[in-house]
Amino acid sequence: MPLSVIDKKILEEVADLHEIPIGAYNIRKNGEGAGRNTTANIDIITKKDKPGIDVIIKPGTKNESVHIPVILSKDINDMVYNTFDVGADSDVLIVAGCGIHNSSCNTSQHDGIHEFFVRKGAKMKYVEKHYGEGNGSGDIVLNPKTIINVEEGGVVELEMIQIKGVDKTKRDTTVVLAKDARLVVTERLLTTNDQYAESNIKVELRGENSTAQIISRSVAQDDSNQVFHLIMRGYANCRGHIQCDSIIMDNGHVSSIPEVSAYHSDAQLIHEAAIGRIASEQLIKLMTLGLTEEEAEDTILQGFLK
Amino acid sequence: MLELIDLNLNLEGDNGKVSVLNNINLSLEKKKIYVMTGPNGGGKSSIAKVIMGIYPLTSGKILMDGIDITEKTITERARLGIGYAMQQPARFKGMKVRDMLTLAAGDNTESSLCDLLFDVGLCAQDYLDREINASFSGGELKRLEIASVLARKLKLVLFDEPEAGIDLWSFKKLTETFEDLNIKYDTTIVIISHQERILKLADQVIMVENGEISEITDKGKILDEIEMLDNSCRCRQACEIRGKSNAIECNR
Repeated sequence: MPLSVIDKKILEEVADLHEIPIGAYNIRKNGEGAGRNTTANIDIITKKDKPGIDVIIKPGTKNESVHIPVILSKDINDMVYNTFDVGADSDVLIVAGCGIHNSSCNTSQHDGIHEFFVRKGAKMKYVEKHYGEGNGSGDIVLNPKTIINVEEGGVVELEMIQIKGVDKTKRDTTVVLAKDARLVVTERLLTTNDQYAESNIKVELRGENSTAQIISRSVAQDDSNQVFHLIMRGYANCRGHIQCDSIIMDNGHVSSIPEVSAYHSDAQLIHEAAIGRIASEQLIKLMTLGLTEEEAEDTILQGFLK
Repeated sequence: MLELIDLNLNLEGDNGKVSVLNNINLSLEKKKIYVMTGPNGGGKSSIAKVIMGIYPLTSGKILMDGIDITEKTITERARLGIGYAMQQPARFKGMKVRDMLTLAAGDNTESSLCDLLFDVGLCAQDYLDREINASFSGGELKRLEIASVLARKLKLVLFDEPEAGIDLWSFKKLTETFEDLNIKYDTTIVIISHQERILKLADQVIMVENGEISEITDKGKILDEIEMLDNSCRCRQACEIRGKSNAIECNR
């Protein structure tokens, strides 16, 4: 299926791709497969019992990437189950973006359930980008669910980015870490108008010496609403750190509801959260460099969400 | 090049209006170095902030090269060539030193950014890609603030207690940097400071107390007074020079 101009723009937004990617990929468009490529080390198989794919990465696969962008350009309700098996000692990048172009008055919705098995000693960077556009009045809705099991010594870097365009989103992320496993979650969120975003991240530090860090930064503009439930539970000698920073503008509203729970006397868990407007000293500083107030605001937000 | 005419500034305090500056008249000449000194809370920073446009005037007029800039915004004044290095600079989560200096200089060549950091005693390799976040110490932040102002090739620069947090080794470098700026770009410099070594740079010293300019004098006189304080003063309260207690700090 050839890609249209709209498809290409969405691909660029969600996957930093201009054309068909190199390496393994699976492009899903309006609920159907629109292109697939496998490599010697990475196999992609269509699920038989439900919509979705199995991505199987052979043990020891190094420096390869898998792109699984989803494009919705029709007002449909798309639901997909994807399973990833990241083989032992491999080192891979997985990019899953979802872009919706809705020019109708009906809701376009994509709900994805992504389950990862990161095997012993494997390293995975998982990037998920959300993007919505279109001048229709129909809502753009994205509800991703991510479940990650990290085996002994596995390292997972999770990057979740949603900048504007998505009307409603509820993101559930659960990560379970075994012995010596490491996790870094970077979340970036910007909502405008009357958008609503909810992010629930639950990290279970089950194994000895496991570490986890969540760095969440968000901006709520206009009348938008954001809710964060960032949860870290330590069941062993482990270390966890949550940093949650939000900037509110206009009538934006942010609730940050943390939980750090220790079920082991050697669990060290820290939670930091801050919500506030842009500091006036920051604006003044940039204005004294010749920027207008709007430019100063943009510059501060850009840095904050980088 | 800059004229302050009958400036008055009232600010809203906890207990209503507070008069911060009264009847300030001051004329700054091109290419000169002025050091503004006087007791804490006397109005020095307020004068700088009024010049930069951060505080809106209650009454009075500010002229720059004959043009009335009283109503101009911070941004407009910045573009006319006025710069201000804050006493307590802000930190920026996510913004790198490189980004800040590029914004300031409008030029992002590696060599020019390195020169700027070198001038304030920071090593470019260590700092260019560092975020200006809580990991920055007060002194580092202060140096970066100075670098961001040096980057701009300005007509008038206001430094608000630039030496605070700067270690002794870097102090000499800092004074050289001010002199270079003055010579290279014909910049008029106003430094708010209590430091003798900074006072030595001054063409003129402006004494500010109780929201007024109490005296404009050459540095010789002030330095003589410091010497006198150093030699014969046991306690500041006891020291009177020319009939009034001296504003220059005596720390013995």
